[in-house]
Amino acid sequence: MKIDMNSLGIVFALLGAVLAALLSGMGSAKGVGLAGQAAAGVVTEDPSKFGKVLILQLLPGTQGIYGLLIAFVTLSQIGILGGSSDIELWKGLLYCAACLPMAFVGYFSAVAQAKASVSSIGIIAKKPEQFGKAMIFPAMVETYAILALLISILAIFGVAGL
Amino acid sequence: MIDKQYTYAVARIRSKEIMLLSKSDVEQIMSCKSEKECLRLLTEKGWGRPGDETAEQFLSAEREKTWELMRELVEDMSDFDTFLYINDFHNLKAAIKQVYTNTSRDDIFITNGTIKPELILTAVQEHNFSLLPDFMRSCAEEAYYVQLHTADSQLCDIIIDQASLETTYQKGKASGVEVLAEYVELYIAAADINIAIRSCRTGKDKVFLERALAACDTINIQSLSSAATEGEEAIYEYLQNTVYADAVQAIKKSLSAFECWCDNLIISHIQIQKYNSFTLSPLAAYILAKENEIKTMRIVLSGKRNDISDLSIRERLREMYV
Repeated sequence: MKIDMNSLGIVFALLGAVLAALLSGMGSAKGVGLAGQAAAGVVTEDPSKFGKVLILQLLPGTQGIYGLLIAFVTLSQIGILGGSSDIELWKGLLYCAACLPMAFVGYFSAVAQAKASVSSIGIIAKKPEQFGKAMIFPAMVETYAILALLISILAIFGVAGL
Repeated sequence: MIDKQYTYAVARIRSKEIMLLSKSDVEQIMSCKSEKECLRLLTEKGWGRPGDETAEQFLSAEREKTWELMRELVEDMSDFDTFLYINDFHNLKAAIKQVYTNTSRDDIFITNGTIKPELILTAVQEHNFSLLPDFMRSCAEEAYYVQLHTADSQLCDIIIDQASLETTYQKGKASGVEVLAEYVELYIAAADINIAIRSCRTGKDKVFLERALAACDTINIQSLSSAATEGEEAIYEYLQNTVYADAVQAIKKSLSAFECWCDNLIISHIQIQKYNSFTLSPLAAYILAKENEIKTMRIVLSGKRNDISDLSIRERLREMYV
C-alpha cells in the first residue's frame, strides 16, 4: 500500500497537540503530587496551615492547564474539533513544532516548580508569616512556562495564517 | 513504592524543628533556680509525657518520642541502625559481665538497639555466638573468652568498643546518606582522639592503642598511636596537620571541653540540612539534633540537681541545632 505523504500532515499536527497536553499534564501531575506530599506533612503537624500550603501545592498544576489550552487551540485550528482537517505535510510538521515549547518546557518547569514549592512549604512550616516571600520562589519558575505558552500560541496562529 | 525523596517526612520534620530548643530556650532554662523549675518549663515546651516526674523520665520520653516519630515516617529503619549499634555493643558488654559474675539484672540493658538484649544474653550464656549477627559474632566470642580466661575487663571492653566503632563507621559510610557518612567520620575521629589522649595520660603502650583505635578517613591511626606513645605534645602536633587542628585548644582546656567541641562540630556540620527538603539526611540530622538537646538538658538538670555553679554548667552546654 502506498501512503500519500501529504495525508500525514494531520497526523503530525495531532501529535503536537497530544504532546503538549501529555507532557505538560505529566509534569503537573508529578509536581502537584510531590508538593502535596510536603503539604500533607506540614498539615499533619499543624492543620491551620492548610490554606497556605494548598496554594503552594497548586502552583505546579498550571502547566497542565497551559498544555490543555495549546492542545485545544491546535485541535481547533487543524479541524479535528470540526471543519476541514485537510492539512498538508509541511503544515502538519509546523503545527507539531509549534506545540513542542509547551510540551517540553511544561514538563520540566512543572517538576522544577514542584521542588521549589516543596522548599517553600518548608518555609511555611517554620515561618507562616513569610507566605508572600515563600510563594515568590516557585512563582518565578512559572515565568518560563508562560513564555513557552506564549511562543506556542503565537506559532500556532502564525502557522494557521500561512 | 518506597519514596526515597522522603518529601512528606522532611516536611513533617520541618514542622517538628520549631519545637526544638533554641539557644534562648536553653538560657531560659538555665535561669531556673531548681531542677523542678526546669522540668516545669520543659513540660510547657512539650517535653515528657503525662505522669513523668523525674529528669530521667523526661529525657527517656524525649528519646522515645523521637524514635516513635522516625518509625512512623520511615518504612525501612535500617539506615538509622548507625545510631543504634552503640546500644547493641553496650548490651553485649552487659551480657558478658552478667554471665561472668553469675548475676542477673535486667536494668543494665538498653532496649533501643538493633538486636534484642535477650538474644545477646542467650548467646553469651549458651556460648552460642552463631545466634548473633555477623558484625558482632567474632568480637563477642573474643571478648567473652578474654573476660573468662584473663578476667581483664578493660581488654574485654576495648575489644567490644573497637568493634562498635568499626561497625558504626562501616554502616554509616555504606548507608549512602550524606549526614550519616559525615557523622560517622566525625564520631570515629573524635573517639580516636579521645582514646589517644586518655591512653597517653594513663601510659598505655602502642599495642593497646592499636587494639583500641578504629580506622577512618581523616585520622591516620598509625600516626596517632605513635604520637600517643610519645606524649601529649606529639598528639597536638599530629592533630595540627589534620582537619581537627581546632580540637587542640579544647583538649588543652579539658576533656569535657573536647567532648563539647566534638558535639558542636557535628551540629555545625549538619546545620545545612535545615535547608534540605528531600532525602533521609534531614531526618538523620533531626535525630542528632534531638540527641544533642537531650544531652544538653541532662547536663543542665544534673547541674541544677547537684547545685553546680552556672559557670561550670555553661562550660559544658552544647550549641543548639536551631
